[in-house]
Amino acid sequence: MTPLIVFEAVACPLPLDNVDTDQLIPARFMKRPRSDGYGQFLLHDLRQDASSPACALDQDRFKSCQILIAGRNFGCGSSREAAVYALADFGFRCVIASSFGDIFASNAVKNGILPAVVSPEQAETLLAHQGVIQGETMIIDLPDQCIRIGNHTVDFSIDPVWKTQLLNGWDDIDMTVSYASDIARFNQSDAVARPWAQPDRSPAQ
Amino acid sequence: MTERAGSLSSRPKTLIDKIWDAHVVVDREDGQSLLWVDRHLLHEGSFHAFDQLAKRQARLHRPDLTFGIADHYVPTRNRDSLAPEIKRMVDQLSDNCAKHDVTLFGLDDPRQGIVHVTIPAQGLTLPGTIMVCGDSHTSTHGAFGAYAFGIGASEVAHVMMTQAIWQKRPKAMRVTVEGALPAGTSAKDIALHLIATIGADGAQGHAIEYAGSTIRALSMEGRLTLCNLSIEAGARLGLIAPDDTTFAFLRGKPFAPKGAAFEAAVHAWLSLRSDEKAVFDREITIDATALAPTLTWGTTPEQALPITANTPDPATVGDAARARTLTDALDYMGLKPNQPLTGIAIDRVFIGSCTNSRIEDLRAAAAVLAGHRAKVPGLVSPGSSAVKQQAEAEGLDRIFTEAGLQWVESGCSMCVGMNGDLVPAGERCASTTNRNFKGRQGPGSRTHLMSPAMVAAAALTGHLTDVRTLTQGAHR
Repeated sequence: MTPLIVFEAVACPLPLDNVDTDQLIPARFMKRPRSDGYGQFLLHDLRQDASSPACALDQDRFKSCQILIAGRNFGCGSSREAAVYALADFGFRCVIASSFGDIFASNAVKNGILPAVVSPEQAETLLAHQGVIQGETMIIDLPDQCIRIGNHTVDFSIDPVWKTQLLNGWDDIDMTVSYASDIARFNQSDAVARPWAQPDRSPAQ
Repeated sequence: MTERAGSLSSRPKTLIDKIWDAHVVVDREDGQSLLWVDRHLLHEGSFHAFDQLAKRQARLHRPDLTFGIADHYVPTRNRDSLAPEIKRMVDQLSDNCAKHDVTLFGLDDPRQGIVHVTIPAQGLTLPGTIMVCGDSHTSTHGAFGAYAFGIGASEVAHVMMTQAIWQKRPKAMRVTVEGALPAGTSAKDIALHLIATIGADGAQGHAIEYAGSTIRALSMEGRLTLCNLSIEAGARLGLIAPDDTTFAFLRGKPFAPKGAAFEAAVHAWLSLRSDEKAVFDREITIDATALAPTLTWGTTPEQALPITANTPDPATVGDAARARTLTDALDYMGLKPNQPLTGIAIDRVFIGSCTNSRIEDLRAAAAVLAGHRAKVPGLVSPGSSAVKQQAEAEGLDRIFTEAGLQWVESGCSMCVGMNGDLVPAGERCASTTNRNFKGRQGPGSRTHLMSPAMVAAAALTGHLTDVRTLTQGAHR
């Protein structure tokens, strides 16, 4: 995974609360292999509605955006990692919102996307910021946990463990493999402590 | 070692703590714990994770603790001639399970059904276990006192390879529900009321324990519905301490412990309750006696109201962003501000999904429909092939078909529309499912979430209806 440290990019405003994973990628596209590229399906149905703020994604000034700004409870809903694939394949590296669905946020970090939490007021301010609206770039500074646009700076919060993972581009599986003997040891003592936890495949009595 | 875990020897523990502590393989200094996973459930959508495994040329570590179920894409009709892209999804799961020696409840297996319906019925969901699945409604299994949560594809691949998962200990929320549920209400109404009260993100970062006399009186079916909807309040999981209702359900189930082993297990499970003085990070109380049949009017489960209410009026809402959200939802749903919910015309109904497709749900809907014709078309998809069989033995299928509804096979079906069971654009569906998101049941579809009895009432009148007015004999 590519480490994410400090980067500068255009941010696209999406002034919506509760952008759920069904909006991020409608279920009917999820049969496709990832190699097809999921970016084309990002917010697919909302972008068909000319009155939706999601249409900003198709405007020239936001074409190269790598940051998305939204309201509360972004990524609520299903556990589909395809929602994150759609964002990543579109080119996003950071979503700024006042809160995130738990599973979405975890999936995002595993794909190198930063879920940056700001206060609801700060989210509103950024969504209305003239620089953002005009497609100026902003700086995401993960070590300092801040967002800078023009002379405006906003702090964001991020789980410290996720921060470390993103900064280093770490992969969980590689890390866990180093604990293989701990897992085996746990399993041995657990099998004695909780013999009932094993599925009983014997025929009914 | 986390602060909370630091003094665990003397501190009273919640049920959540007890299960957590029994599964810690390693506590890392940064507060993450590596937890042992007792059950890992896979479905057609798990192909992303199998692909990750293939890329690493890795094997699935514990096939004996892993189960595959075909549910998300399976057709509910004409199973003999699968559409090519559906067949590819179903075959992909079969091939991957065969390759990794995973037990599969496939399309032709009598145990086939929705993962969160058939796995508990097989006795694979046990109190005090940790269960994961690449599906957010894995919280359902908490009904048995299991610590069960949905994970993404990368985590699925991680569990496949290690049988363990990194987690940060969640905050604990207790939702205490007291009193007898009034006629016409059920677990679905408790859940929708809770979500409307605390918000769709109200329980973010928390695990919920449901407690109180109302919860104790719920059947396993009701508990499964309630825990299922925990994710719609933003909680990763919701659970209920196991009791005699739980043990009676599990006794004799195919994969549950048998004979003396079962008695020993029950003895162990009896300790799975929060200590009297355990402290929760947040407490919510609900008076069940004040509940009315509740349903959603908008495009998020938090936009729920009693059937006796009117739609909200954004003009009376001070906060601009909130007013904008309400207006957007009303527009999408084709509703006006301050419109009575009763009387909103519907186009079709759906009874099914991991939320409300169990035998008790079908009985509740059938009790309202019995002897009458529905005014709108609809689909009834039982939660598993076994539930279907039982319903047919009870004659419920005839009640549905005589009412004019379609009685079909089991799967996720019209809840998520992956298998082609869709609500056409612009149509309004009264649905027993879990998400009323825009386009969830098909592009442009409009979903109202409610209990099976309320869906049956709407089917009979052709509009959103207070089921209590029907069951009391009026307005039929």
